[in-house]
Amino acid sequence: MKRMTVKILFAVLALSLGAFALIGCGKDSDTIKVGFNLELTGDIPKVGEASKFAAEMLKEDINSKGGLEVGGKKYKLEFIYQDNEAKAESAVNAALKLINQDGVVAIVGPNSSKQAIPAGATCNDNQVVMVTPWSTNPDTTKDRPWVFRACFLDPFQGPVAVNFAAKQFGAKTAAVIFDIANDYSKGLAEIFKTEWEKKSGAGTVVGFESHGTKDQDFSAQLTKIIAAKPDFIFIPDDYNQVALIVKQAHDLGYKGPFMGSDAWGSAELMTLCGKDCIGQFFSTHYAAAGAQGATKEFIDRFNAKYKYVPDDVAALTWDATRLVLQAIQGAGKVDKDIKTERKLVRDALANIKEFAGITGNMKFAGTGDPQKCAVVVQISPEGKFEFKESVCPE
Amino acid sequence: MITGGGPIPEVPARFVLRRGLARTHPRRKAVPRHAARKHHFKAKVPLVEIFQNILNALQFGSFYALIALGYTLVYGVLRLINFAHGDIFMVGAYLAYFVAVTLLGIGGLNLGLHMDPGLALAITVPVTMILTALVGVTLERTAYRPLRRKGADRLYVVITALMAGLVLENGNLALLGASRKRFPDMIDKVIWNLHGVTVTNLKVIVIVASILVFLLLQFIVTKTKIGMAMRGISYDKFAIPLMGIPLDTIIVVTFVLGSAMAGLAGILFAMSYPILEPYMGALIGWKAFIAAVVGGIGDIRGAIVGGFLLGFIEIGVVAVFPSTLRDLFAFSVLLIILWLRPTGIFGVAQTTKI
Amino acid sequence: MQKHVATIAIFAGIILLVLCAQFHILDQYYISVLMFMGVNVILASSLNLVNGYMGEFSCGHGGFMCVGAYVSSICTVLMFSKNHILGAPLLPPQFAFIGFPLALVAGSAASSVAGLVVAIPSFKTRGDYLAIITLAANYIVISAINNMEIIGGPRGFMGMSATERAMQSMLDIPWVLIFVLLGTVFTVWLLRRFVSSTLGKGVPAICQDEIAAEIMSVDTNRMKLIAFMLSSGLAGLAGGLYAQVLGYVNPQSFDIMRSTEVMVMVYLGGMGSLSGAAIAAILYTVLMEALRFLDVWKWVVIPLLLILLMQFRPEGIMGNKELSDLFPKLRKYYSFK
Repeated sequence: MKRMTVKILFAVLALSLGAFALIGCGKDSDTIKVGFNLELTGDIPKVGEASKFAAEMLKEDINSKGGLEVGGKKYKLEFIYQDNEAKAESAVNAALKLINQDGVVAIVGPNSSKQAIPAGATCNDNQVVMVTPWSTNPDTTKDRPWVFRACFLDPFQGPVAVNFAAKQFGAKTAAVIFDIANDYSKGLAEIFKTEWEKKSGAGTVVGFESHGTKDQDFSAQLTKIIAAKPDFIFIPDDYNQVALIVKQAHDLGYKGPFMGSDAWGSAELMTLCGKDCIGQFFSTHYAAAGAQGATKEFIDRFNAKYKYVPDDVAALTWDATRLVLQAIQGAGKVDKDIKTERKLVRDALANIKEFAGITGNMKFAGTGDPQKCAVVVQISPEGKFEFKESVCPE
Repeated sequence: MITGGGPIPEVPARFVLRRGLARTHPRRKAVPRHAARKHHFKAKVPLVEIFQNILNALQFGSFYALIALGYTLVYGVLRLINFAHGDIFMVGAYLAYFVAVTLLGIGGLNLGLHMDPGLALAITVPVTMILTALVGVTLERTAYRPLRRKGADRLYVVITALMAGLVLENGNLALLGASRKRFPDMIDKVIWNLHGVTVTNLKVIVIVASILVFLLLQFIVTKTKIGMAMRGISYDKFAIPLMGIPLDTIIVVTFVLGSAMAGLAGILFAMSYPILEPYMGALIGWKAFIAAVVGGIGDIRGAIVGGFLLGFIEIGVVAVFPSTLRDLFAFSVLLIILWLRPTGIFGVAQTTKI
Repeated sequence: MQKHVATIAIFAGIILLVLCAQFHILDQYYISVLMFMGVNVILASSLNLVNGYMGEFSCGHGGFMCVGAYVSSICTVLMFSKNHILGAPLLPPQFAFIGFPLALVAGSAASSVAGLVVAIPSFKTRGDYLAIITLAANYIVISAINNMEIIGGPRGFMGMSATERAMQSMLDIPWVLIFVLLGTVFTVWLLRRFVSSTLGKGVPAICQDEIAAEIMSVDTNRMKLIAFMLSSGLAGLAGGLYAQVLGYVNPQSFDIMRSTEVMVMVYLGGMGSLSGAAIAAILYTVLMEALRFLDVWKWVVIPLLLILLMQFRPEGIMGNKELSDLFPKLRKYYSFK
């Protein structure tokens, strides 16, 4: 009897091996595959979801017109979404899977620098174009000819936050709390610190505290910060942590303002944070309230389809995907060999010098990083992100 | 953290007016009266910080203690490390969320209820504890008991518990989606400020609740017949049924008690840290388990002492060092404690007969 | 002659797989799954030594894997790629295929030393308390690496792929696959030799009854030391290979979740069965990939399957038997015990 069970188990093992070998067969030559490496689950699921929604909308647009025209022939688009669970190592796995198993031409995402920096290394090593919509850390594209982005960089965003806070709050001292396990958060925190001390003198960043990604209690760090009496607290953190930090700071008796960064700008921020976040400011990529032209059209269509105002990630994904598609068109033909095709797409993408995106005009100077404007928004009592100020690079 | 000897800059008056946070917290004055005095008593600032951090540690330690109690109860009776316990705590928090939003009429089941938050809280607490206890008992009946009956190796039960935890976590993720849930505000927040040390009413509730739960469980285990039966089972599982004590009933009672406490911890945690996610129980569960072992697993006092000890070590480390060193220090200290006292603080070494 | 059949078959199998990879008969994805399979076999069989044969409950195997992964990655990166610590590579690429195995050895050695953190308390502590020590050791390792800024801290460490490129610049064959397969065979061979040796018999003796073993002149402390260090050293080897396969390591990938996975493989295969651990590792890897289409539900379905398996076959797939006990004909070619 027991031996029987074991033999059955072996049969199951053999069968599953066989079934496994069958997966992944069947390829269609009239489609172009673009991979998406997104944060669909994990800490920031709304970010991945917004990206996926925007991409789906774009795909339907193009496929309903018969497909993307490359070299006189129309190709249907196939978007493949891989979940990177908002983890660095999963992002690498997802990128490898898209490259090796799905054979995509190019990859859009990951969004957060925490995932985009390691995934960028993987894509660069494997010679596949990667365009990140939302990753602002300089390291993502640094020395990586195959990696591009559709947003501004932290060395630009940091000074925006510094100057705005100094002017708006009349602040002399600042404190920072950031996630040390997150490339984005740590990088921006350090840039902010340098910039602020350059502006207000050494020692004016009175608190510089870190926390871990899975932390829920920040009371010890905030106690330290509040004891140092900063004029405001800078929180370059993901929106889910922002909600906890701001609330706990208020519980500990802090009454000053907070300044945030673009990672705040998710549609989910206000559901999580509620009244604690009202009135706070953060720098971001675009302001949905009061947009015009193509941007407004995008917002209205997105809103009609998915029932919420698209956040900056959605808009940036739209731009990043359009950049990729323009590069595929610019390649002039779809090569049979996937490696040659990837090379053609990269060269075409590197040749794009200017691009009119819905998040503003982008100028590329050959580094894969665009030059574009940043905006600062304030959270209104209704939970809307209201335009406050726009800062453009010289 | 304290910079030089210069005066601490005043908060600009302009900003105090504009920020209008006083609106949201009407009980607080915009500028504490003693703020000006602090300039002269600089040495006092660290003292305030120390008291503040003691309170922080008591609050976080309470959660560890409440969860550790569940581990310790089940372990004391069954010698089973119920690794799913952290996830039962998570389920407790989610159940509390669904009960609360249903009662408040802002989501969940649409029963057309719009209760007063205070009343809703009074109902949410017992209902959540009962529901969470049901989850714990179901787990025991469907997963652990059949294995126990078959006389499987103890470690296979532990693996089953681990897997059950994963099912709870990921089942939650699959069913409810990846978006976080925000726990509604159930009580009006009151912030007391005692010479710079701030306490919210919630913090006091959490600390008091954990101490009351400890006293209650200590009473049940040491003074009642059920408790005597529980201790008996842990002493000799084979002789106890011969005394006419229903083994399975006692085990169910143990799971009810442990899971109900996890449910209570879930509610209190959701009120203190109102963002719920499917993996919230995993890390805190592992740490609470370690706390229970350091205290001496199987002993109620051990769970409480271990829980608060872990809370104090963690907050203490963060208060002095960069917060990333927290786990390193906390676990090293625990390792040293176990090294010196291999059975934990209150644990008694089991004698092996040759 | 017959006793060499198994050896020949194994090496023929390795050569076949390498040829498949070389001439793209198997695509890159299958090769990577194959490599993860190898890594998992090493992990499961090494943990089996402690959790299966010795009957302890070590739940911090991920921590030792982490030490091995980092140490060997740092060695290879220093030797063969441009890095921010030393700048230019120390050695020219010609040495890569000597340097890489040396780095693996260094990683294994470092993780066996890390194994001491668990081995020494195990003299006094047993059972669940030792389980906590292993758990705490796992946390301590992860946390220590999180705090080492120079190797990227919590944000991970990369640059290992340069080593593979260096090896391929000499001779264009799938080097990493070869090393993974050799490492797997080496591990299984070493563990089989160890548990069937006179010295190694002390390990199951401790499991049966520690005091009786001591009376029968087994030096239990020494045995525990050897078992823990061997087990963690092999975990370090698995870590080094894993890092090279992925080209990126991050402390979070070696946390309790990783240790849990390895434990699942061991108990799925059956405590104290080397072939069981290997089969369970292969089955687990295949299941993880084959059920990928379930997305989020994958992590609900796999634990449920395991719970059901535990209910119907609480001793795991193989119990404490080996393949040769089930298929006695195999014994002609190779004895597993």
